[in-house]
Amino acid sequence: MSTASFPGYRRPDGRAGVRNHLLVVPTVICASIVAERVAAAVAPVGAALPHAAGCGQLGPDMHTTHDTLAAYCSHPNVGAVLVIALGCEQVVAQYLAEAARKTGKPAQVVTIQGEGGTVKTERRAIAIAREMVADLARVEREPCDLSSLILSVKCGGSDYTSGLASNPALGRVADRLVALGGAAVLGEIAEIMGAEHVLAARAPEPETARRLLRVINRVESEAMALGLDIRGTQPSPGNIRGGLTTIEEKSLGATHKGGEHAPLADVVGYAAPITKKGLTVMDTPGLDVESVTGMVGGGAQVVVFTTGLGTPTGNPIAPVIKITGNARTAASMADNIDLDVSGVLDDRETLEGAAARLFDEVLAVCSGKETATERLGFREFAIHRRNPTI
Amino acid sequence: MNPVIVISEQDNVATALEALAPGRVVQHNDMTVTVRETIPRGHKMALVPVTAGAPVVKYGSSIGVATCDIPAGAHVHTHNVSSERGRGDLAVTSPLQDGRIAEPADDRRNGA
Repeated sequence: MSTASFPGYRRPDGRAGVRNHLLVVPTVICASIVAERVAAAVAPVGAALPHAAGCGQLGPDMHTTHDTLAAYCSHPNVGAVLVIALGCEQVVAQYLAEAARKTGKPAQVVTIQGEGGTVKTERRAIAIAREMVADLARVEREPCDLSSLILSVKCGGSDYTSGLASNPALGRVADRLVALGGAAVLGEIAEIMGAEHVLAARAPEPETARRLLRVINRVESEAMALGLDIRGTQPSPGNIRGGLTTIEEKSLGATHKGGEHAPLADVVGYAAPITKKGLTVMDTPGLDVESVTGMVGGGAQVVVFTTGLGTPTGNPIAPVIKITGNARTAASMADNIDLDVSGVLDDRETLEGAAARLFDEVLAVCSGKETATERLGFREFAIHRRNPTI
Repeated sequence: MNPVIVISEQDNVATALEALAPGRVVQHNDMTVTVRETIPRGHKMALVPVTAGAPVVKYGSSIGVATCDIPAGAHVHTHNVSSERGRGDLAVTSPLQDGRIAEPADDRRNGA
């Protein structure tokens, strides 16, 4: 299958969605359980965004929380937004609703203190959610150009098979999507450390390469300022058991998933909009959930997540496709794995063959096929924070 | 199936695709290496002798430096390789801080 389009949801702002969720957003941790209950009443269309932030945050972290939540409200995989507010928090509910309306989608706010308690809030919010879901059900998929796709590339629970099979297969998919006019995003700055020269050499603009090196230098300096050896965290104990010796080795294997040819077009901040075709590097930590949360916030509609040891991580609004190059993991964690590319390592399959199957899987998932994470309900969401909670 | 994989011709280590027992003879191109000690599946084996302080090369790039002389056929892992990155525990600078990885100049666009 090498079609130039897929059936998706065309949004008024010109972007294309691969899912059509009702997003139920709590402004603050205090409203998170109410939001989860409201979304559960209209699952699986309803997707909650429970989070641990929204108050007690200073300047930069507060902006990151606001911007990340707003980015999800305007995301093309979301068709409607219901904001659950407490009433006294820092995050401004109307700002989130406005972010959704600016992209042409309906948005409403229900406030716990204003409604007079959680029981009344849930009753009213569920009634609104049911109406919104009924409206969303009338929206149909239409042909969307592949160039409208932003693919998030991610790895987690890596072992030696990640750098040899699953990451190179994913890299070929990223290269192919970019060649078709699409975009890819790679996060996890710490896991580029040691492989920065490979990516920097692919930047058409020297300034982009410089920004990449500066971001990596900042992350490395922050780690070194603690006076510790990052080994044990990077690579993790599981990585080391799996045969990865240093962060340089892990990074060189990990960077393969960003392709070999796609130009390094941009370096952006956490959850910031991805606006360039080609490969964008996003400033995210290596922690899987925070990283995926940021890349989807940037506009990625679909995530391909390679794993050697196996991991459940998903996302509330974007399908996460799990692939492994480890035959044992493919068998032992079959419930959590969408695609097995272990044949690359024992000559049952070529890398090109595996990449072609993965590309087809990405298109099928973008067209509506359910992933293991969606089937099992893994919808982790965590906003990166850098400063203390006050 | 070859029991080891070598990614780049510049590499001085191979990755074992199955556990390798001491005494086993492994071929890579014209090279014959006798396994000196057990190499677990997914771990690395030196293809050639690596002297202390020299880079260990995989994917065609340095993945760290040898902390002792490593003979061909030996297990290469955390016991004899040290990372150069994020070493807040040592009074050393990172390659990004001491200029070994340099920021590109503006004239690179012109093919420099």
